[in-house]
Amino acid sequence: MTQENRIDRRFAELRAEGRKALVTYIVAGDGGLQNTVPLMHQLVESGCDLIELGVPFSDPMAEGPVIQRGHERALAQGASLRACLDLVKEFRQRDTDTPVILMGYANPIEKMGAERFADAAREAGVDGTLTVDLPAEEAGPLNRLLAERNLRNIFLMTPTTSDRRIEEIAGLASGFIYYVSLKGVTGAGHLDPESVRDKLTHIRGFSDLPLCVGFGIKDGASARAVSEHGDGAVVGSLLVSAIGEARDTGAAREKVAELVSEIRTALDA
Amino acid sequence: MSDQSAQEGAIDFSAYPDAGGHFGPYGGRFVSETLISALDELQAMYTRLKDDPEFIAAFDRDLAHYVGRPSPLYLAERLTEQVGGARIWLKREDLNHTGAHKVNNTVGQALLAKHSGKTRVIAETGAGQHGVATATVAARLGLQCAVYMGAEDVKRQSPNVYRMKLLGAEVIPVESGSKTLKDAMNEAMRDWVTNVDNTFYIIGTVAGPHPYPQLVRDFNSVIGREARRQSLEQFGRLPDALVACVGGGSNAIGLFHPFLNDSSVKMYGVEAGGEGLETGRHAAPLNDGVPGVLHGNRTYLMEDEDGQIIETHSVSAGLDYPGVGPEHAWLKDIGRVEYVTANDEDALNAFRTLTRTEGIIPALESSHAVAYACKLAGTMKADQNIVVNLSGRGDKDIFTVAAIDGIQV
Repeated sequence: MTQENRIDRRFAELRAEGRKALVTYIVAGDGGLQNTVPLMHQLVESGCDLIELGVPFSDPMAEGPVIQRGHERALAQGASLRACLDLVKEFRQRDTDTPVILMGYANPIEKMGAERFADAAREAGVDGTLTVDLPAEEAGPLNRLLAERNLRNIFLMTPTTSDRRIEEIAGLASGFIYYVSLKGVTGAGHLDPESVRDKLTHIRGFSDLPLCVGFGIKDGASARAVSEHGDGAVVGSLLVSAIGEARDTGAAREKVAELVSEIRTALDA
Repeated sequence: MSDQSAQEGAIDFSAYPDAGGHFGPYGGRFVSETLISALDELQAMYTRLKDDPEFIAAFDRDLAHYVGRPSPLYLAERLTEQVGGARIWLKREDLNHTGAHKVNNTVGQALLAKHSGKTRVIAETGAGQHGVATATVAARLGLQCAVYMGAEDVKRQSPNVYRMKLLGAEVIPVESGSKTLKDAMNEAMRDWVTNVDNTFYIIGTVAGPHPYPQLVRDFNSVIGREARRQSLEQFGRLPDALVACVGGGSNAIGLFHPFLNDSSVKMYGVEAGGEGLETGRHAAPLNDGVPGVLHGNRTYLMEDEDGQIIETHSVSAGLDYPGVGPEHAWLKDIGRVEYVTANDEDALNAFRTLTRTEGIIPALESSHAVAYACKLAGTMKADQNIVVNLSGRGDKDIFTVAAIDGIQV
């Protein structure tokens, strides 16, 4: 893997600057397909470093109610995996630097065909994928196809992931590792920064990849707290909730800009 | 996994699934990392207990004295006479406590829950049969119980909702997605991953991530083991054919599995044809679906061109599911079991016919199997034998049938 990838480059830059990564998640098509690309640009302007674009699925089993509703809204707008790829292509017309990760579920990829998907993702300007329901034991075939195309495959680790699994996942993962800071679904519960610190330190013994922490980040302070011992924070439910509650597109962008800027400021402080 | 092919006829079906929960290309464990440790824990416990003589004895005891097993294998003489052809035998799972095969599995999983030391069980339910069977065993063991049920199904199946509440369970209506069984399963998974420290998830069918398809099959295999023994006792040989309805497929695999290595026994799984396969309004993924990934396993699914799961249609809520157990998907591909359909109308006719000829009101789910068995019997000889899994009784369905008849009960 000698070819450059935007995710690797971004983390190298951040490390050089001594800054934490801010990874933001929105659902493609949530708030209207035509508004997703402007929203992605807004995320970048407000200070995000990497974009996770949620690929809507009818049965998003690992999501809490906030992101589930985001998926439902997006599907009602006609979003799909194919539409997501088109959106990334459109985003790349103006932004060739910000890494974009497609985060979704296995079935739309199976339907398209893993190889076709990997080709299309590369062509659209996608930099990596995170397929929630493809854990290490099932991820092999897609992982190879992505690696052959210089695309990164991001994996989750959790507070209950055993050492044997951490080792296995570390062997497959690329780009960064997404540490799920608490048990449950997206958007649930409260964080315990101390236990996050201990586990991150432990994972460092197995992998040199950047570690980003997500699930349960509510504001700048919690983002800062969890990212202290990692390389970045992932913010999802907070933004998807704001988009769902906004009265119109303009209000959604404004609110998202405000939230992302606040977290950026807290991370850089 | 061995790569023996069906043509060699040498598959040992008892050796499946493999260690990763695969049946050929199907099954497996397609879940978020957040669920893996809970599944590992369950698998380790099940592997330890499934061959433990004490555990087996406790399970057998509960099946005998609480469920009321063995269930009879009953020769439906008047039905056979009316249809003409092979003799039709009914495996009377409708006579079990709570009125369906579902309790075989909940009794088994409740024993696992007890062993795990967890104090709360959860379940998903469509028609409410699995929910009732779970609430029942929870009441018996003094476990807290929550049942997820699609908001649409809560409306359609109010007697079962009340039954569950009487039994002390909390029934949680699920408002997401299509508000039916598949969404209830999503929601139960979310509950489980959040409350895994004190909660045991009792899945109701042979779907879901490994080890669920295996353990639900194993607990329901008592159906086939009994039917095999009863066949030898009552008509002196193995049946020529087995017939069972397939939604998720737990009653079917329970009957089929102990016979899979008996190559002379033909097997038919009957999916819900709804308004007809050609209308697209059905619940028959094995007949008209494609392989994909849902609810933790790879199997045949009903989905659209973008891989989104679509709504299914069947007069019977228990068959109204867009997926099917992964072992069935594999048995279809290798040709060991033939998967066919019965439409709503066929099932309703069979419901009435069995009620009038035998004095047995079958569940609408089981009526699909009866419908196909009647068709099949006509193509067979009078000295041949068909065993039909009468997986549940139809008391819960009389409101549905009455409504179709335009009668208010």
